[in-house]
Order: sequence, then C-alpha cells, then structure tokens
Amino acid sequence: MKGTPIFFYIFVMWLLIIAGGGLLVSIIAPISINGFGKLDHLIDSIVKAGIAMMLVVLWILILSKIKNWIFHKQISH
Amino acid sequence: MLDRTIIGILISAIAFVTVYVITPSLINALTKRNMVVKDYNKEVPTMVARPGGPSILAGILASELTLYAFFPSTEILAIIITTSLAFLVGLVDDRKVLGGWFKPLALAASAIPIILLGVYVPHLAFPLFGMVKIPELYLALIIFIIPIMGNTINSIDVLNGVASGFMTIASFALTLCLVIVHNYDVALASLPLGFVSLAFYKYHKVPSKIFPGDSGALTLGAMYGTLSIVGHVEIIAAIALLPAVINSFLFLSSVKRVIEHRQIKANPVVHTEDFKLMASTDKSAPVTLVRLILSHGPMTEKQVGFVIFKLALFSAALAIITSFMMGIKI
Repeated sequence: MKGTPIFFYIFVMWLLIIAGGGLLVSIIAPISINGFGKLDHLIDSIVKAGIAMMLVVLWILILSKIKNWIFHKQISH
Repeated sequence: MLDRTIIGILISAIAFVTVYVITPSLINALTKRNMVVKDYNKEVPTMVARPGGPSILAGILASELTLYAFFPSTEILAIIITTSLAFLVGLVDDRKVLGGWFKPLALAASAIPIILLGVYVPHLAFPLFGMVKIPELYLALIIFIIPIMGNTINSIDVLNGVASGFMTIASFALTLCLVIVHNYDVALASLPLGFVSLAFYKYHKVPSKIFPGDSGALTLGAMYGTLSIVGHVEIIAAIALLPAVINSFLFLSSVKRVIEHRQIKANPVVHTEDFKLMASTDKSAPVTLVRLILSHGPMTEKQVGFVIFKLALFSAALAIITSFMMGIKI
C-alpha cells in the first residue's frame, strides 16, 4: 500500500507522545525542589521547564533517527 | 442537550451555507481584480483566484457570532478574536511578501487574547497518566500553539483541495474528541470549523477554482489551535494533525531553518511528461510529505491528495482512541 511507512511513522509518533506524557506526569512533575526560600517555586518551575525542553530535543532527535531509518530508501532515491 | 443540538445544527448550516454562497462571488471579485496565481500542477496554464480567506472568515464569524448570541461565553470571544487576528496576519502575507519570521511572530501576538481573556486551564492532560500543572510554562505554550498550528496547516496547503480536505477531517475528529471528553460547549463551538472547511473544499478540490492563501490557511489553523486550548485537548488536537506535523518536521529537518516555501531553491516535486507528480531526484530539494508519498512512483495530484486524506483519517482515529484513553488512569 502506498504511504505505508508514513502510517507507521505516524503510529510511532503517537506512541512517543504517550510515552513522553507518561514520563512528564509520572517522573518529572512530582520532582520538588526546596531550600531556596521564596525562590523555591520559581527554581522548581525553571528546572522542570529545562527538563521538559531537553525531553523535546531528545524527542526530535529520536524522531529524526526513526525518520532516517524508516524513509532511508525513499529519501535516497 | 436538545437546545445544544438545535443550535449545533443551526450554526453548522450557517457556517456551510455562508462559505458555499460567498465563495463564487469572491472568486469573481478576485478574478476581476486580477488577484490570481498560476496553478503549477496543471498541464494547461491555469490561473486560480487567491485568497479564499475572506469567505472562510465570513463563515466562521457568522456561525460563531450566532452561537455567541445564544450562549455568550469568553471562550467563543477568544475563538472569534484570535481567528480574526490570524486572518489579518495571513491577509497581510497574501498581499505583501514578508520574511519567514513575520508569520510566527505575528501569530504569536494573535494568541494574546486567549491569555487576556483567561480562557485556558494551565494543565496539560495526557492519556493514561493524568495531567501535569504547568502554570508559567502554559502561557508560553499558548504563544507557541497558535503559530505552530497556523503554519502547520499553511505548510500542507501545497496541492488542490489538500488543506481544506485535511482540515475537514481533523476538525470533525476534534469535535468528536471534545464530545468524548465531555466538553460539549467547545465541541459546539468547533462545529463551524469542520463545516466551513467542507464548504470551501467544494471550490478548492481538484481542479481548484480558488486557493485559501495564507489568510485562509492561517485562519483555519489558528481556530483549530484556539479550540485545542479552550477545549483543553492540546495533545489530542496535535495527534489529529500528525500528517501535517510530519510535513513541517520533514521540511524543517531537511532545510534546517525557518523559511517560506517560496524561498526553496530546488522543488521537491517535479512533473512527468504526462504531467503527473514525481518526487524530485535533486538531493538539495527538501524532504516533504508529498515527496515521500511520491517515492513509490508518479501519481496524479488527486491521487496524492487522497493518500494525504487517508493519513488524516488514520491520525483522526488515533486522536479518537487517545480521547477514550483520557478517561483511563494507570
């Protein structure tokens, strides 16, 4: 079927979204940073935002690798 | 519930009929003013009217204002204002060629009414795992969502009927998802988007009589983005758009910077002698969704469009499955 690798790529992206959400909710969100007084909330948010951004970069890298793997033949044509 | 059903039918009819009736007049007016562009995928040189954004916006405004008259809410106001601002950004870009960064920045500004009206919940809901509170980060997310959704729809507007057909599928999937997550008010407000896209598809399908232009594509994308925020279904909405997201991702990862499609030096798609579409063999040409679809061999414009619609239906199914998964916690 034409476009089958693209269907597979969409499915992989969907799985990555669900897995990424699980990681955010189960591991990163419960992290609590204390010891900075009034700055606790701000530092906590900055650290979590930083981790989230690193995850986004990692997600893009994974997608890029998967893209090269799935579409290798098509792209090289 | 009966009230909502009757109003839903009424605003759907208003959205559809407004675009269906206005678009032929818009085509005539644009053609008379020589506001036409060449359709490069036609064997016989064909000029097509552009932009169709005004009729799309008219359909959205007529239906959303009617809905507001029955159910006044700040959510509907946010949809109307943000969508109208995105339309203006697109209209400026239709009339005057602007830099690659103009649209993202101007669209980011279009998202400000959502923040000012406070029609968001600063939580991001994920399937199976629940939600995460991100009060500060969510504001940044709002600013990002509108330009991303707008440009994503704009980037898939490459062949006759694709943007409007794709939006029809994604919008109706979003409405269904909103119903599944019991957000009936926003589901009602999302109905016009699907019907406006469907009515516009009538004139946009192969062979196109009108192109949506940036004003049309950005209007559709911005409204979709606003609905995802006020409906609190950001992740689900992104899943329904995955084929268009892939197109943007492939494009950006191959050109490695934010540029307009008109700035591309090597075309990703070329024509065969019988004027079918064929993937370019030029290695400097960007990788796009259409180029990947054509990697199996030449196809007609209509055939490529149908493959994209199948991908949209697949993503819509995944979005609907995700909506059901929102109710499950592990």
